Amino acid sequence: MVPHGRPLWRRAVLTREGAVIGMLAVVIVVALTTVPNFDSPLTITFLLRDVAPILLIALPMTLIIITEEIDLSVASVVALSSVTVGILTRDGAPFELAMVAGVLVGAVAGTINGFLVTVVGLPSLAVTIGSLAMFRGISVGLLGTQAVTDFPEEWTSLARSNIPGTPIPSIMIAFVILAIIFGVVLHATPFGRSLYAIGLNKEAAHFSGVNVGRTKFILFVASGTVSGFAGVYFTLLYGNARGENATGMELAVIAAVLLGGVSIFGGRGALHGVIAGVLLIGTIGSALRLAGVTADIINVITGVVLVLSVVSASFLAWFHRARATARARGEKQG
Amino acid sequence: MAAGLVLAGCANGDSGGDNGAAPDPGAGGDSNFAITFLPKSLGNPYFDTSNAGGAEAIAEFGGTFQEVGPTEASPTSQVSFIQTAAQQGVDALVVSANDPAAICDALDEARSVDVKVVTFDSDTNPECRDLFINQAEAEGIARVQVEMIAEQIGGEGQIAILSAAANATNQNAWIELMQEELAANWPDIELVDVVYGDDDDQTSFDRTAALLQTYPELRGIVSPTTVGIAAAARYIQTSQFQGQVAVTGLGTPNQMREYVEDGTVTAFALWNPADLGYLAAYAAKALVEGTITGAEGDTFDAGRLGSYTVGANGTVLLGDPFVFNADNIADFNF
Repeated sequence: MVPHGRPLWRRAVLTREGAVIGMLAVVIVVALTTVPNFDSPLTITFLLRDVAPILLIALPMTLIIITEEIDLSVASVVALSSVTVGILTRDGAPFELAMVAGVLVGAVAGTINGFLVTVVGLPSLAVTIGSLAMFRGISVGLLGTQAVTDFPEEWTSLARSNIPGTPIPSIMIAFVILAIIFGVVLHATPFGRSLYAIGLNKEAAHFSGVNVGRTKFILFVASGTVSGFAGVYFTLLYGNARGENATGMELAVIAAVLLGGVSIFGGRGALHGVIAGVLLIGTIGSALRLAGVTADIINVITGVVLVLSVVSASFLAWFHRARATARARGEKQG
Repeated sequence: MAAGLVLAGCANGDSGGDNGAAPDPGAGGDSNFAITFLPKSLGNPYFDTSNAGGAEAIAEFGGTFQEVGPTEASPTSQVSFIQTAAQQGVDALVVSANDPAAICDALDEARSVDVKVVTFDSDTNPECRDLFINQAEAEGIARVQVEMIAEQIGGEGQIAILSAAANATNQNAWIELMQEELAANWPDIELVDVVYGDDDDQTSFDRTAALLQTYPELRGIVSPTTVGIAAAARYIQTSQFQGQVAVTGLGTPNQMREYVEDGTVTAFALWNPADLGYLAAYAAKALVEGTITGAEGDTFDAGRLGSYTVGANGTVLLGDPFVFNADNIADFNF
């Protein structure tokens, strides 16, 4: 181990996760000082409430991308869950049952994805593009052009409520619990370490005793289940169930995961970076909207941030390699 | 954790009340009304015109006009803009709803921080807003379109309807009434299909092409949306159906001018969207001033349009639809 010649803060910022968290802090400070009304307590309430589904789905998505797979069907699963809750509620089922059914439908959808990827052995990109279309088609087909908008008041107000005495939405409690579970699994268990191993080299992981198929299967079921839960929340938050709900959300999730420092080639990434990535995109959008920037310009700016983050990641990797080479040379000469 | 950063940022930011750009919340009678217009989507000429009418009115009585909106007219896409308006503490929000229920909760939250809500063009559920500015009675709109198409095809033959989004409140209400009107008074006219172009030019154009392939006997197309009628007319103009298939519905003079001049279109109808936006702005002003509450029988002054009375369900009627044809189209420019 060569001692680092740089102070700790520079080492921290030079990691992807550190850079994203740093950017988030900078964006928040800039927004607080330059954007009128950004300091309103409503800002944090609305921001966290709206990104909550993306935050939730980003947790299993992170684990899936670390194993070099992808799940593009998550937004369609949100819609499927939403439509399930809507139809059961419309037809008079007890609402608690409808919500459980929404989560279960998500789990079933995830099981279908997992089966096709691990048992049949198809690439997840192809499988989940297919199931994206299939689940969306079923969702739109089930409700047609209708929407169900009549949900029990106590549940919709719970979805929109804040933790008493704070501007933090209650859904964040569920998110923090899930984030802790996923964080511990990913960063502190053999199962989590095996995910990185699979992402780096599937064959090597297999020969060192990791059950690659079973591991990935679990991840897809988790992704479907969390998407199902996000669908129930989405339905309550916006008070409507319809087949078009959450269209395009899968890209928002994947963009945030990649921004948060997870490598699309697998084997690299950490949950705190991803959480910061989701919050960064959400905060940029919220601040720009408040500043009166139009929606299309916001999309452009978000896109530029994503592209820059990918470019900077490559640059950082090159920078680290160059330093390592230089150090190795120096040691040889020493 | 990143979430901690957000909290810290908000906790110490609540004293930064030196933002001169912030609208003055609750400004009553100081002739500086902050009124935000939120159309279904930006970039639609119809809403450009109505927003211009709103801006004209606000310039007359002294205030800040702001226009925001999503890039695509989906049910939940307006929510974040409503939230932003609430954060900014504007005096009033003038909205054309993409969905009667999906934005209700967001509007309720805005109203809870003392933002007056006026809907125009497309209403929400009545309990979610203070006033609805109705462009014309649905019966009148449906009747005028049925009469136009009946006259243009000689009272018999197959017709189809090209609508906007499948769940657009106003479109569906008009279509239902048109079907009733046809059944009651025009037994020889057969409505063969209702298709949806999502208020997108290319989609509407493609739907028109598909209609004419599916129904070779089609005599007329009614499109109760400005985007749809222009796309349908453009398709008919360049096809072998010009002069064989009538196109009518709701359109704007500037969009339809060339089709009326070359005979592709005989007549179409609309109200003046500029007047609609103008009236909505004056209604918002009256609500903010407290001269009206939205109760039935309230009267208020609307500048050059004269005096208006609030009808049942907090609705204000702009007037009767207007038929444009080759004789009068030159008199209009919107």
